[in-house]
Amino acid sequence: MLNLYAKILKTGVLTEKVSKPAHDETFEQIGNSLKQVVDKHFRGSLAIRQVDAGSCNGCELEIHALNNVFYDVERFGIHFVASPRHADILMVTGPVSRHMEVALKRTYEATADPKWVIAIGDCGACGGEFGISYASCGAVSNVIPVDLTITGCPPTPLALLQGLLILCGKFK
Amino acid sequence: MTDQHNDIIARFCKQLEEQNVKATLLSPSSLPPNQVLEIEAGAWGRAAETALNCQWRWAGVWAEQLDSQFSVCSCFEQQGIYLILRCYLSTSHPRLPSQAHFFWAADRTERNVQDMFGIQFEDHPDPRRWTRHQAWNVNEYPLRKDFPASGVNNTETPPDKSYPFLKAQGASVYEIPVGPIHAGIIEPGHFRFTAIGETVLNLEERLGYIHKGIEKIAEGRNPASLAKLAGRVSGDCTVSHAWAACLAMERAAEIEITTRAAFLRGILAERERVINHLWDLGALCNDVGFAFAFYQFGRLRELWLRENQAFFGHRLLMDKIVPGGVVIDMTPEIDKKIRTSIKYLCKELDELMAIIDENSSLEDRFLAAGILSPELATALGALGFVGRASSQSFDVRHDAAYAPYTQLDVKVPVEDQGDVASRLWVRYKELRVALRLLEEMLDRIPAGELTVTWKIPPAGAAGFSAVESWRGEILCFIRFSDNNTISRYWPRDPSVINWPALEKLVLGNIVPDFPVCNKSVNGSYSGHDL
Repeated sequence: MLNLYAKILKTGVLTEKVSKPAHDETFEQIGNSLKQVVDKHFRGSLAIRQVDAGSCNGCELEIHALNNVFYDVERFGIHFVASPRHADILMVTGPVSRHMEVALKRTYEATADPKWVIAIGDCGACGGEFGISYASCGAVSNVIPVDLTITGCPPTPLALLQGLLILCGKFK
Repeated sequence: MTDQHNDIIARFCKQLEEQNVKATLLSPSSLPPNQVLEIEAGAWGRAAETALNCQWRWAGVWAEQLDSQFSVCSCFEQQGIYLILRCYLSTSHPRLPSQAHFFWAADRTERNVQDMFGIQFEDHPDPRRWTRHQAWNVNEYPLRKDFPASGVNNTETPPDKSYPFLKAQGASVYEIPVGPIHAGIIEPGHFRFTAIGETVLNLEERLGYIHKGIEKIAEGRNPASLAKLAGRVSGDCTVSHAWAACLAMERAAEIEITTRAAFLRGILAERERVINHLWDLGALCNDVGFAFAFYQFGRLRELWLRENQAFFGHRLLMDKIVPGGVVIDMTPEIDKKIRTSIKYLCKELDELMAIIDENSSLEDRFLAAGILSPELATALGALGFVGRASSQSFDVRHDAAYAPYTQLDVKVPVEDQGDVASRLWVRYKELRVALRLLEEMLDRIPAGELTVTWKIPPAGAAGFSAVESWRGEILCFIRFSDNNTISRYWPRDPSVINWPALEKLVLGNIVPDFPVCNKSVNGSYSGHDL
């Protein structure tokens, strides 16, 4: 047990290091201005429900990375929730497979208003490598209304946070 | 081919003969370096029974539509030899006996062939559909050439409400339906539990929710475009799937990449292994509430992701393997930095694994949870760390080595408890092996070109490859039509084989242990559903 505490102390708070210019300075600035928007409109709490509607799982890996110690997205009041009932934002990765079409629509309906949808990745934005086919509806916007797209294959954690800010800017 | 390999195949042919199965070994093989054995369709089941008796592992089945007939291939492996059984069927009433009576792994995969091609496996033990939900009709078969990739009827796809799940009856039995959308940042699929109290009586998986038509939209692509698609079969295996596809295409085109390019591919693949194993070690601990390890391993993983970006231009290393070679290179500066970070990671792992090893609550949750016995693992043909945690020592890099692993000494760690703890420790040991391999590759990488000139393969040329991803063996079959275009792409992700293992190993465990059991197998939904 002592080893564990020693390791925690030795590791220190890495999240602070991100604010230093050498480490993703833009990210920290975006994070702070985002926090102001979130504080004002959502009382410091923005709840995201992530839905994989057909992704190759690459986008999921980078969305997960938002929660690691370097990005620590929760310090800005942004957190991922387990139910669309608790969510302000649906973060949808695509393309939307036809087998997920209704499940995605129902998730959208289950999300309380006001709600926003972010389509993640090239596939979510335009169908990407998969496009529209007998098995794929392509872009998320072909299935539910989308407020913002964040492109990239997959988008980096930084791009994801930038995207969240743009969406919040729309709230004003 | 060594004499020993020839003996194994000759013995199998002799056994087939004794069973009155007429078999022709193609010479020269149409899919070198692997062997192809043509048999009559009527003997498809008997051939599988003979293969079982001769201790072959069943590894996959695929079909393709040729000019006036279908061909069906099933792939067997023994001591690193891949043997492909092939038969031909008429397009009017394509039917053949099932191999699922003898190999569990053939069950869903044959149903997939049935859904996609309309080829009927006559005596299949489970006649239900598998890949098809409601996006196309029962009498439509997407992988037939007359089915348009754009689909026939693209109105809203209704939910798949009529799939007949196995029912259990009794006063205290109840069902828990989970998914397709799960409560987390995770891919979609449906799990139907039958439970008594907290104990899992049965688990039935229903996958196919993210079927994106990968095999169909591969048709007509050029090699570069196919490599890009292959890199998106399963995002966490992007390097390995792209490698498998490129290797199959290169074999079809009869070109050989440079040794330098092979080493660079190896470096990418081992980095992918390191990153994914780091993620799984953290996530396994997180699933039993040990957040410390989740954040520590997440930290180490992010450092390597950033290095991937800095050294090779992409965090997940997508699109770095191309037909004919690679589009990255190694410089003395990168070499030095990678060595430094390997040393750092080794030191960190020593510290962290000591903490994990002495944590009694982790031991309590991991030990004896989700046991997959070695016998069951053999019967299922379990792959990767799932197999190796249950005494299955197979590793393509070791047993059917391809460049650069032909020049390297790949150690294959094996455990025999078959529980969650074994699957965690096998991952850790594989991670250490990967780090050693990386150092060895840095030591020995020769000078040379990064790519060789692509040679357009003749119409009908085909290639087959096997590559060891971090998740296990990936198989890939590719056929070209004329003008350098793909007419068939069949990737087989290890998840296809390992998903049924989860159904078995969770039995008798309590429902709250399902997340950690699931994570310990960590199947790819996308790689399975295609």
